[in-house]
Parts: sequence; C-alpha cells; structure tokens
Amino acid sequence: MSAHAKPAPIEFKFWTPGVMVMVAFMVTGLPFVIARYVGGLAAVTNLDNTHPWGLWIGIDVATGVALAAGGFTTAALAHIFGKHQYEAVTRPALLTAMLGYTLVALGLAIDVGRTWALWHPIIYWQPDSVLFEVAMCVIIYLHILYIEFIPIVVERLKGKISLPGPLGSFNNTIEALLELADRILGKVMWLFIIAGVVLSCMHQSGLGSLMLIAPTKLHPLWYTPILPLLFLTSAITVGYPMVVFETTVATSSLRLDGEMDVLTPLTRITIFLLGIYMCLKMGDMVVRGTYVYLLDGTAQSKAFLVEMLVGVIIPWLMLISPRVRRSRRALFIACTLIVLGVVLNRVNVFLVGFQPPYAEKAYFPAIGEMAVTAALIAGLMFIYRVCVTYLPVLSSRPQEVSS
Amino acid sequence: MEINRRQFFGIAGTMAGGALACKPKKTQAARTLKAPPDPYGCLMDITACVGCRKCEEACNRVNNLPPPQVSFDDPRPLERKRRPVVTAYTVVNRYHTGKRDQRNQLIPTFVKVQCMHCQDPGCVSACIVGALTKKDNGAVHYDASKCIGCRYCMVACPFQIPAYDYHDPLTPKVHKSTFCYHLIIKEGGKPACAVICPVEAITFGKRRQLLGLARQKIKNDPGRYLDRIYGEHEVGGTSWLYISGEPFEKLGFLDLPTRPIPHLTETIQHGMFRYMWAPLSLFAVLGGFMWTFNRKQITGDSEPERKEGSI
Ligand code: SF4
Ligand code: SF4
Repeated sequence: MSAHAKPAPIEFKFWTPGVMVMVAFMVTGLPFVIARYVGGLAAVTNLDNTHPWGLWIGIDVATGVALAAGGFTTAALAHIFGKHQYEAVTRPALLTAMLGYTLVALGLAIDVGRTWALWHPIIYWQPDSVLFEVAMCVIIYLHILYIEFIPIVVERLKGKISLPGPLGSFNNTIEALLELADRILGKVMWLFIIAGVVLSCMHQSGLGSLMLIAPTKLHPLWYTPILPLLFLTSAITVGYPMVVFETTVATSSLRLDGEMDVLTPLTRITIFLLGIYMCLKMGDMVVRGTYVYLLDGTAQSKAFLVEMLVGVIIPWLMLISPRVRRSRRALFIACTLIVLGVVLNRVNVFLVGFQPPYAEKAYFPAIGEMAVTAALIAGLMFIYRVCVTYLPVLSSRPQEVSS
Repeated sequence: MEINRRQFFGIAGTMAGGALACKPKKTQAARTLKAPPDPYGCLMDITACVGCRKCEEACNRVNNLPPPQVSFDDPRPLERKRRPVVTAYTVVNRYHTGKRDQRNQLIPTFVKVQCMHCQDPGCVSACIVGALTKKDNGAVHYDASKCIGCRYCMVACPFQIPAYDYHDPLTPKVHKSTFCYHLIIKEGGKPACAVICPVEAITFGKRRQLLGLARQKIKNDPGRYLDRIYGEHEVGGTSWLYISGEPFEKLGFLDLPTRPIPHLTETIQHGMFRYMWAPLSLFAVLGGFMWTFNRKQITGDSEPERKEGSI
C-alpha cells in the first residue's frame, strides 16, 4: 500500500471544458428560478393540487440527502471506528456532503411557496410532523458539516494571511483567531463527529417516514412500515459507492492517482451492507405479500423491478467478484449502479409510486424543474471544483506518466 | 491494508445496532386518538340534495372568493366532476348511478365535496409548523401566517382536499373549507352552506347528535337509505357525515381505512423521540466505539496520532 500524501490543493488548469459545461447549466437554470419568483410555482413546474411534490423534492431534497450520506459514513469509519487508512477519502466525502446539503437547502427554499418563511420551523415546533424532525436534523447537521469543514480552511490560511495596505494591521489578529479556532475545534471535534452521525441516522430514516403519512396514496410495493429502516440502510449502503463514484470521476478528470488502494477495501463493506438492504427489501416484499404486484405490467411494477435489478441485485453480484473490486472500471460501474439504484428508489417513493386519487393526469417534471435541478447539481460540482483547487481536500497525487 | 474479519463484523454489528436503535419499539405503539371530545359536524343527506349550487354561492361569498366564471345558477359545471380549488372551497358534483324513475329517466344524485374536517387529520399531523390545527369545535383551521408552503399537508390529506396558490410567487396560501370557523365560534352560528341550503340537505350540530339523527333516519326509512354513515369511521371519523341511498363507491367517495392517517408516522416519531432515548443511546454507543477504537490505535501504534479533529 502506498503511503498517502497529505491532502493538498491540486494544480490543474481551472477552466476546463467540463467546468464550462457546469457554468452553462448554471446559467440555463437561472431564468427559470427568476420565473418562479415572478409567476409562482405554476410558471415553471407541473405541480398541481393532486401532485404537490415533484422533481425538486424527489431529486434535490430526497435524493440529495441520500447521496450526501458518504459524509457521515466515512466519518464514522475513519474517526469513530478508527480506520485511519480511509482518511484520504474523508475530506472529499465531507466536502460533497457539505455541498450536497447546501443544495438540499437551496432546492427546498425554491420549492416551498413562502421562501422567506423557511425559518419558521425553528420557532413553531410541531413534533408530530415527520417533516419537522427531518428539517430540524438537516438544519443542525448542515451547520455541523460547516464546522467540520473549518479546519480545512484554517489549514489553508494559517500563516498565509497578508491583507493588503491598511488592512495589514489585522493580519496578526486574524492569525491568532485562526489559531484559536483550530485549537478549540481540535478539542471538541469528536462531539460534532458523533452528533453528525446520530443526526444523519435520524433524518435519513425520517425521510423514509415522510411518505408513510399517505397510506392510501403510496403504492404498496413501497409503502411499508419499515420504509424508514430501508431508507437508513440504503443511505448507509450508498455512502461508500458514492465515494468511489466521485473519487473516480474527480481523479480521472483531474488526472490524479486513482486511490484504488483505499477504494477496493471500502467496497468490501458494501457487499455486506448492500446484502442487508437486499434481504430487507425482499423479505419485506415476501412478508407483506406485495410480490403479487410485481408482474402486473403497470409503470409502478416495472419501476420497482428496474430499481431492484439494476440498482441492487446486479451490482451486488458484480461486487462479490474480487476481479471486479480490483478493476477500476468495473468497480466504477458497480458503484454507479448502486448510486443509480438509490436515486431510482427515492424517485419511485416520492414520484412514481405516489398515486393520488382524483388525479386528472400523471405528473411529469416540466422543463423548468429539470433545468433548475440540473443547475443546482452543476453548481454543486462547480463549487466542489473550486474547493479542491484552492483547499487541501484531495490527497492523491498526479498520475505517473508511465501508468 | 485490509480490515480483518473481527473488525469488520464489529463495524457491521454496530451499524445494525444503530439501525435497530432507529427503529420504533412496538411496545410504545400506544397512540391515543387526538380527536376533540364533543365537536360540531355537518350531516349531509345525499338523498335530499337537488344540486342547486346555492351552497357553492354562499361559500364563495362568506370566504370573499373571486366571482365565478360561470354563474352559480347555471347547472353546466355539474357536467364535470370537479374538485375543490383555490377559488372554490366546496363543489357539487352530479352522478348517474343507473337508478331510474317511473318514466325510465336516469335519476341524478348530487354530492357536495369539501374538507371533511377529520377528527384526527392527516394534514394537521403533517404540517411542519402547526399552521393547521384541529379546534375543539371541530374545525380544521389554517393559519397562513405560520405556513411555509411546503405542501406536506396536501400529500397527507386522504381526501385530496387542500388546494394551493401555485400562481402566487411570494405569499401563496393553502385553501380549503374553513368550516366557517369565524361564524361557528359564536353562539348559534352555523356554516353558510348549512344555512342557505333550501332543502335542508345539510344539518349542522354536535357530531354525536348528528350520528344519532343519521341512525334514526336510516332506521325510519330503510328503503331510502343504505345502512352506512360515511365519515363515522373513515380515517378515525370526520366532522362531515354523509348518508345516501346509493353505494358511496358510485358517488366518488373513497374507500378508506378506519385507522387515523397519522397513526403510523406518529407511532414511529414518538417511539423514537420519547425522552430522545434513541438518539441519545446511539450517541453513547458511538462515543464508546470512538474511545475504544482510537485508544487502541494510539497505544498500539508507533505512528504518532493527531487527536480527533484531523478531519
Ligand atoms: S379532509 Fe384533508 S384537509 Fe380536511 S381535515 Fe381531513 S386531512 Fe385535513
Ligand atoms: S403547506 Fe403550510 S399548512 Fe401545509 S403543511 Fe406546509 S406549512 Fe403546513
């Protein structure tokens, strides 16, 4: 195993074609956001009274939270279970989680009718509401992620503060403050790390409870009392594959070393976790007898089959093979499938499986909803790119020319 | 460097433990019905309704809703099956169930639709800020000043009632029947629709008495009514009750469970968060692991460790 270098800013041209594409997506989404604040949600979305939740809740919020789970699962592995060899991936995972949850908050802010009232749950408590629990956990967790990120920023700035001109006299003060922040945070960080994991478990499962309020509307293939447990297990499961996915994308587009020495063992845990998830899903189906819906040819049964086959069973079979785990490409494919499976699951629970009575037409997202979602995701990737360029996040070094 | 077996199962076991800690305990499933003890209600006698749409008109006036596109005297809107919307909190729909009169003409049946003012409402349990509340007098009341517009109430309502101002960019509201809350809190006040109905198809009163009245009517005229009161047991009971001569399924009524809509979510919520036992024990367990594993690392390894905080 090669010794890992310390995380450091990467040296790579910033304005690559990929970055330009991200900017293009961000620019495309902007007019739709403006339209939403001029003409209301009706101007850009296909939402109606029977379909109050659409793409923005299904993807930006529910899927965003699930895919940001890598932040807490890697933190748990490296800092709580003492597997320090995985520290190389904790920083990028933390960054993804921080940006992911920021995206969730932004998506939610655009989606709720009264954006300016978004803070109301902080003063108007309603503990019966699952959404209230989820919102509180997400608010607190978002701040914890920011706090966990501070040391990275401090590490970059320490000893390098030199403000221009008359502001120069503040240099020492700021240095002292940074030093203080670093020292205090170093002592209490363990509290935040554990709290982050606890809060994650709470709201990941809470997201699963959300749709349990609609027993007559959510299709029986997904409506199960263990939906919170399924959401939690799938979030924990998708954490490491998501790390593999983004590390591979980041390292190959930035031509860095692939970190296979960390990723391969990481996915051995995934075999076990995905296996549990698969057993829970299938066991639940058998216990509740919902397999009767499997082959009835409706969109819902097809969506369920695709979700299970493509997102769970095939990648699990792939991962069992050590050859797949050692091959960078095959591992990437398997992990991408797992990530896709979780996306499909969230979309199924919140959109495809949601069958309200009296609906005059089925919901399909409008161009505006897709454009805004794409813009948010592009924005996330853009800021990720900015952060790894200027902050010590990634540990892998440029590839050897020969490799 | 590979994780060895023992450590692996250690991790796995803890993850499973964490998952279990997040599961509700069955024994804490006791959830009491939160319905008010003696609420008001309305009994709608479907066999009496003539579909004159006077109640729609009264509702429009009392709630200051915009004037309708088609006048309330015009029966043409009855040709479509309508739902309550932001501009109309109640609508009357016409059904032909196949019943014919002596001259072999199809007999229409009219059904008034509005918020059922559930006894233990899904919308109230769902609302993230408590903008929706069930009042002691039976009304499910909406307070726009708290609402954030998340529309979770609309997801939760089993009758598909709340409607949303999708066209308002900044201050949209949830719209639904108010039960004329501002009128019925006064002594002798009644909902506008119940007052105006020319054939007295709607009776306003204490829900308990209305149930008695409904049973009486059914008993006195079993040829006219089916032996069922819709709203007596549906989703834990509703303040609006219906009796009919035709099967409810043929009149656009949903076949709903008797269990209140919030039952499962609130059981899970309160099971997990009672005294915060689940989060706190998870915190303690993880803290224990952190201490154990990192201490081993520090004492067993020659490699000097920076303390936690080296994210
Ligand atoms: S009918 Fe719907 S909106 Fe009315 S009280 Fe019941 S759940 Fe709430
Ligand atoms: S839209 Fe308003 S009333 Fe409905 S659940 Fe959200 S905050 Fe409550």
